Amino acid sequence: MSDRAIIRVQHVVKSFGKVTAVNDASFEVRAGEIFAFLGPNGAGKTTTIKMLTTLLRPTSGTLELDGLDPTQHQNEVRRRFGVVFQDPSLDSELTAWENLDIHGVLYHVPRHIRRERSETLLKMFELWDRRDDLVKTFSGGMKRRLEIARGLLHTPKVLFLDEPTLGLDPQSRNQMWTLVGNLNRAEGVTVFLTTHYMDEADRVAGRIAVIDHGRIVAIGSSAELKQQTGADSLEAAFLKLTGTTIRDESATAADQMRQVSRVWRR
Amino acid sequence: MSVIYILWLREVKKYLRSRVQIVASLGSPLMYLAVLGFGLGPVFQRAGEGKYIQFMAPGVIGMTVLFTSMFSGIAMLWDRQFGFLKETLVAPVPRLLIMIGRTLGGATVAVLQGALIFVVTLIVGFRPASLLAVPLAFLVIALIAVIFSALATAIGSSIKEMQGFQMVMNFLVMPLFFLSGAIYPLEGLPKVLAAFTRVDPLTYGVDGVRGVLIGRTHFGVPLDIAVLLGVGILFVMFGAWRFSKLEA
Repeated sequence: MSDRAIIRVQHVVKSFGKVTAVNDASFEVRAGEIFAFLGPNGAGKTTTIKMLTTLLRPTSGTLELDGLDPTQHQNEVRRRFGVVFQDPSLDSELTAWENLDIHGVLYHVPRHIRRERSETLLKMFELWDRRDDLVKTFSGGMKRRLEIARGLLHTPKVLFLDEPTLGLDPQSRNQMWTLVGNLNRAEGVTVFLTTHYMDEADRVAGRIAVIDHGRIVAIGSSAELKQQTGADSLEAAFLKLTGTTIRDESATAADQMRQVSRVWRR
Repeated sequence: MSVIYILWLREVKKYLRSRVQIVASLGSPLMYLAVLGFGLGPVFQRAGEGKYIQFMAPGVIGMTVLFTSMFSGIAMLWDRQFGFLKETLVAPVPRLLIMIGRTLGGATVAVLQGALIFVVTLIVGFRPASLLAVPLAFLVIALIAVIFSALATAIGSSIKEMQGFQMVMNFLVMPLFFLSGAIYPLEGLPKVLAAFTRVDPLTYGVDGVRGVLIGRTHFGVPLDIAVLLGVGILFVMFGAWRFSKLEA
């Protein structure tokens, strides 16, 4: 890990009509670290990721990824990150191998490197034996692993993981964090993740930004956050910082569709 | 080029793998051929128009191509919320290439499906005037496929909900089919209906296929092809524009 900031967000605001999803957020992510965005549903985590990954433009403020502005240099920025969205974005009618192959072509990875790297990643994520099976036959954990493998195929500098363990059983969650940790050490890839599970943030992240109602309430390592608030657990620290426990917001239309799609995909 | 190719290949692969869907999609054209074809056959014959199956086979092929093309729009809606579309939208490639790859893929699938129905019409008794005409007929079919795949892309990029697509099916796809002259001759129609048939691109598609295959045409094959080309270019541009505005 170095002290160089690979992501720099300054005074970013994003509003959708009257709703302000992100309100004057400023933070930096250092190259090589695992950085977690911790907050309840609707806190602005996904919106921030969407802005950093060129899918949304901020209403005001500046963003920088590896020294480039995502709103100006879309394609250069896109080459530099891999992303795993909250909702699955695999093609379930294709095989694991085909999903990786398409990704490689879209990211201009030369054929022989594409093959080599696909093999390495599939083995690392324990999917090599299933490479020629259709993704629709995979379990939730396998799909998520495949998505992470795909996001890494073009050797990005930053890997965004938006609620990567949502809907996974404890065993798969555990396995996934071990993998992400290994990967961060082995390849030095910066990991930017969002979660609303405090134990996960506590376990894997070097630094944590607590976000609530679109505002960043505190940033620091788990120990620093605890110290700052005089709390003995991250959970208690969170409670002191935000005045609430992590809550489950009422379901939005998108959540309901998500539910339906999970049933459909079984 | 490789981007267009891989996205095209994806659509075609998925089609060839979905055997059940292929068989299921033969259902409605078969019903039209069997029920309307044989049901209206005697009346058509008595009206001095010849064999109805000869007349409607090109129409049913056109219908199949229309439906298959428009269905790729539904796939896109689903893809958009919970699927692969996002993956392509954050890739470092121009949207235009993605749109072209998807649209060509959808169009190819529609042509393959049209070819399948063509074989079915041969089985139920349709006889083209000459076999040499078949390749030209498929050129016209390909134009129909591109037009409606591009339209489906435009619609898939513009609406967000599945319910919206239901409306598109009822208020766009079905009228496009019924107004196209696929199942009735265009001659001697009431003026209002005639006017509507003329703004339906599928009318020229069906007329072109029919003209090429059995030599019966209302507008003449050259005009049909000219209109299809013009509308095709227009719709592809429209689809590309809508797709470029798509927000993930």
